[in-house]
Order: sequence, then structure tokens, then C-alpha cells
Amino acid sequence: MTQQVAKRELTMSRAMVEAIAHEMRESEDVFYMGEDVADYGGIFDSTQGLLDEFGYDRVMDVPISETAYIGAAVGAAQAGMRPIAELMFVDFFGVCMDQIYNQMAKNTYMSGGSVNVPMVLTTAVGGGYNDAGQHSQTLYGTFAHLPGMKVVVPSNAYDAKGLMHSAIRDDDPVVYMFHKRLMGIGWMPAPEGPKTDVPEEDYTVPFGEAAVKREGDDATVVTLGLHVHRAMEAAEGLADDGIEAEVIDLRTLVPFDTETIVQSVRKTGRLVVVDEDYRSFGLTGEVVARVAERALDDLEAVERVAIPDVPIPYARPLEQAVNPSTADIAEAIRTVHE
Amino acid sequence: MVSVNTRKRMYETMVTARHYEERLQEEYLEGKQPAFDISAGPIPGELHLAAGHEAAAAGVCAHLRPEDTVTATHRPHHVAIAKGVDLKRMTAEIFGRRTGLCKGKGGHMHLFDPDVNFACSGIIAEGSPPAVGAALAAKKRGTTDVAVSYLGEGAISQGGFLESLNLAAVQNLPVVFVIEDNDWAISMPKGRVTDVENGSQRADGFDMPGVRVDYDDALAVYETAHDAVERARAGNGPTLIEVQVHRRMGHFMGDAEGYRPKEDVERAKRLDCIERLADDLREEGVTDGDLAELTDRAHERVEEAIEWAKEQPEPDPEEAFADVFVNPPVRGEIVSDGGADDADDLEATDAEPRESDADDGGEDR
Repeated sequence: MTQQVAKRELTMSRAMVEAIAHEMRESEDVFYMGEDVADYGGIFDSTQGLLDEFGYDRVMDVPISETAYIGAAVGAAQAGMRPIAELMFVDFFGVCMDQIYNQMAKNTYMSGGSVNVPMVLTTAVGGGYNDAGQHSQTLYGTFAHLPGMKVVVPSNAYDAKGLMHSAIRDDDPVVYMFHKRLMGIGWMPAPEGPKTDVPEEDYTVPFGEAAVKREGDDATVVTLGLHVHRAMEAAEGLADDGIEAEVIDLRTLVPFDTETIVQSVRKTGRLVVVDEDYRSFGLTGEVVARVAERALDDLEAVERVAIPDVPIPYARPLEQAVNPSTADIAEAIRTVHE
Repeated sequence: MVSVNTRKRMYETMVTARHYEERLQEEYLEGKQPAFDISAGPIPGELHLAAGHEAAAAGVCAHLRPEDTVTATHRPHHVAIAKGVDLKRMTAEIFGRRTGLCKGKGGHMHLFDPDVNFACSGIIAEGSPPAVGAALAAKKRGTTDVAVSYLGEGAISQGGFLESLNLAAVQNLPVVFVIEDNDWAISMPKGRVTDVENGSQRADGFDMPGVRVDYDDALAVYETAHDAVERARAGNGPTLIEVQVHRRMGHFMGDAEGYRPKEDVERAKRLDCIERLADDLREEGVTDGDLAELTDRAHERVEEAIEWAKEQPEPDPEEAFADVFVNPPVRGEIVSDGGADDADDLEATDAEPRESDADDGGEDR
């Protein structure tokens, strides 16, 4: 009997759901709460098919009451369960942030470690489809800034599955931020990159390990989420001109893999940080600061490419003007390379 | 007794709103065929249309003056039309044009028309607190203006709404809360997410009148809203009204509604509030010719607005950097963007527009 080794390409959403389903089969303590997660299967396909297998009791449609159900996830987690709660758009955090940052994120510390909160908060991020300022943000920095939450951001199907397994098994609260444009949703076509081969069996992607997606000696590009794919495209384009950029996908923000970035900058001397979040007081500044602290002497040039400090505008030319494009990234690489 | 003229005005408003949504649906789907892509076509982004909700807009807003404030939801067009929002500029906004109500920055869920005190928000129930604030201002200034906060039935379990009910009640503010109950919070039937039969029961907990209009009869809405608005204007405090409406389309364009029984969609289309009002008008002696005249005028207005909007220029990319503040700080007082080198530039913006990438977004479409 020959063994089938056919590769399986999955969309990011399928990969993410596969990990959730696996963990739900393994443990009755794992359940999912969110708006439109049952029959609809998640507005961004984050729970497609789970209702059929697990029923309404474990794939729970909840009222539009984020404070209540995210707080309920905190309480259930503290009671020993492993809930997953979905905030439909990260932009909606405003209506429920106390439960997230004062309860979920702080209860472990403020109890002196006697309480833990093993829950996952999933949430959709990202713009690029003209949904305007209340539905297009990519608030990586907001969540990573506040201590007490682990924060993960998959850029492809393989990582999405492995990071989800790690997130559910983690004994601390994990914010799992998935980019809408990467999910492979029928009505929001994804670029090619995020669809990858995904093993059928369960596996973990450990937190705190960035991935070097492309090696190069001329510049280090640090990014995450959708912009990994734009950075790769920019780097491939520049290779024709003899500029070899190294592209690093952060994958997790808390914990943060400073070492991989510093190693790369020691080699290239030039750093470009690309983020779909706002520029000021955020991720780009944090990456630059960490590199400066560790490898200032190696650092010859720095560029930040991020959303300038304006809310995400609606009209297409306006949004394109603020959301970092492949060309913007290429330009920044050229600038540091000069 | 509602006068025939008032009924005709409401009818025209409702026909305008219905035709508007049907025409926007057509325009929206252009460029999204055969494969639906939310970011393609002349109207990108989400589009939540209100066909079947018209009675709740017309019946309430018929009592309002331009000075009265209305906050609407992510599904705002019918209410905006009933409140007298500039239809051309609203349409230009939805098409993302520079001459739109918000210069292309807000889009269809985020329409602001201060000339008639209309605003809406894309976040569930978050229009309620600002409506309470408008009412608070009216009370403090001693005017008789009122504020109306629209919500969907899915919003009745949200803190922003419940807290607003309480604040409006305890401060005795001139607010009318209007719940449009279309039975569905996207895919969630209301029985799954609340144990109360009617959203109007929420009023009980705050000791304010709660009234439900069980069917989307514009006249019944009009009469109920009359009492609520008069009560508010007279300084007697807030009222909560719930109106049964019908969602004739998906939650957003592109929503296949796989979760919704076909019979429910058919029922929503059968129970047509516009037909109901037309029948009523005929009983009052209004001829089919008269109704056709109102309809033609409404359709013409919609067509004109869409035509005008499509002729409007798109914003220039650098306009993305204006309007963060009305009184922009000069450079040096604000946080540096770290990348710019034009320290002497006293422009309001704190970042230079990037070159727009011709391919931007295209790779993802």
C-alpha cells in the first residue's frame, strides 16, 4: 500500500478553523463565542463548518454585547475552560476594552499569578477594501502595547493553524489577529501568498519566533500580516535591480523576537519596518528602538512605512494614499540602500 | 388623524428611499460581476441597504425640523432621506467623491450633514450617546429641539444603548429612541440573542414609555412618533419606540443569506410598507395617477442625484492628510512622523502623502 503524500493547500481561514476544530474535539473545555459565528460561520469565515460538527452549545452566537461575552470568556477561562471569543472587527474594541485590558490582560498579574486566563480573543484586522475608519484598522500596536496579552498575527495558512494550536493551548490570554484580506473569503479575494500547504495533523508554531521569509544582504524588511506579501513582492522586484532584501515576518508581537531582527540588521545594516497600523507610538517605532538598543553601531539607515496618523479614509484614492503599497515598500528599501 | 397631504409626503419619502436603495444596489454590483469582490466597482466597501425599513424613517422624521438631531446606524440611507439630508452630496459621498458630504472620507456608514443635524456611525448602538448629548444641549439651551436615535433590534443588548436610555431618563432629556426591528442581526435571529419579546420592553427598566408598532404601517409609526416627539418637546422626557420592519435584502450587499429561510425573505417582500401606504392613500381617494406622479418625481430625484454624483471628481490622494483637526497644529507642536525632513513646513499635515501605487490593491483583487 502506497502512502498518499498529496499536499493540501488551504486558505488561511480553513487552516485556522482546522486547528480550532481539532482542539474542540480534544477538549470539551474549548468553545467559541461571537456574533454570527454559528450559521453564518463567521463574517470572515473564521468558524466555517464548526456549527455542523459541534452544535450551538459550543459554537455560540451571542448578543451584540461584547463587554458581556468577552468578559464571560474571561470568567470561563478563570474557571478552567478554554474559551475562544471573537471580536468581529478589531475596530469594535472600543465598546469592550475594559474586559480586554483591565480584566483579561491584568488578572494574572494583579492576582500575583494565582489566577490565569487561558482564552483566545480572535479578531479581524485590516483595510484595503474601502470600509472607512471604523472598519479598516489594523491595531497591532494597541494590543501589543498593553501588558498581559500575547499577540499573534499569522500571514499564511501554515502559520495560522500552528499559531492557533499554540494559542488555544497557551495558559495565558492570546489575541489572535487575522487579516481579512488573507483569509480567502469568497467576496474578498486574497493574494496568492497566504494559501499554503498545511499538514493534516496538529502542530504548533511557537510564540516569539519570527520567520525569515526571504534572505538578502542589502536591507532588512520587518513586517507582518498582509504586508509580508507586499514586502515579498517588493523584494522580488528589486532583485532584478540587484538589491537583495531580507524579509522578516514577525508572526508574534508578544513575545517579540528581537534576536532574529538584530541578527539580520547586523548583516544588512539597513532597516525598513512596514506596518498597516498607525505610524506614531506604534510597532514601527518599537522595532527601530529595539534594534537601536542592541545594534546601533550596525544601523546605517532606517525607514518606516506605516499608516500616517490619520483615520483610514473611505474613498479609494484616499485609502490608497495611506495604506502602504508594494511600491511604497520598494521605495523605502531603495532609500535605505542608497 | 393624519392628513392626506402628510400621507402623500411620507409616501414620496418612502418611494424615494426604496428606489434609492434599488438603484444603489445596481450601481454597487457593477464591477463586481461575475465574481463578487467587495473592493471593486464604483461603490467599494460594505453597503447596507434599508429596503423594507422605510416606514420607520418616514413616520418618525415627518415630525422633525432641521434643528432636531438624528443619529442613524450603519444602515442609514432611508433615515437620511427622511431627515432631509442633501441627496446629491450624500450620493457623492457613497461614490467616494470629493464633493460628497464628507469629502470621501466617511462613506455610506458614516454620513454627516450638519445642515440638518444628521449623523450616523458604523458601530452598533454608538449613535445613541451622541443623540443623548444633542438632547442635553437642547435642554441646557432651553430650546424645544429633540434628538432621535435609530438602532437595529440587534443593538438592544449593547451597553451604549442601555446606558443612553438610563442617562436620558434620569436627566429627563428630549430623546426618542427608535428601534428598527427587522428580525435579524446579520445572521442571528432575535430569539437567539434576547429573551424579551419586544425591544420596547427595554424601556421598562428605565421607567420610560416603551411603545411597539407591530407592523410597518407608516401611519401607525407617525401617530406613535407624534406622541413621543411632542412629549420630548414639552420637556417630559424620552420615549422608546420599536417598529417592526422587514429586511428585503441581505445584511450587506454580497450577503448570500444562507442562514435565512427562503420563506422569511419572501414574507419580507410580501409585507411591503409602501404598498400598504399606497392602499391607504387610494382609500382616501388618491388616484393611481397621483401616486404615479409622486413616484415619478421620487425616481427622478434619485436618478439626478446618482447622475450628479458619478460626474463628481474623486479626491486627490493628498486630501487624505487634511481634516484630522479643524485647527491643525503646526509642525513642531505635534509628534514628528520621524520620516519627513521638511521641518520648516507649516502645513497642517504631519506626513507626506506617498506616491500612489498604480498597482496598489490590484494585487489583492
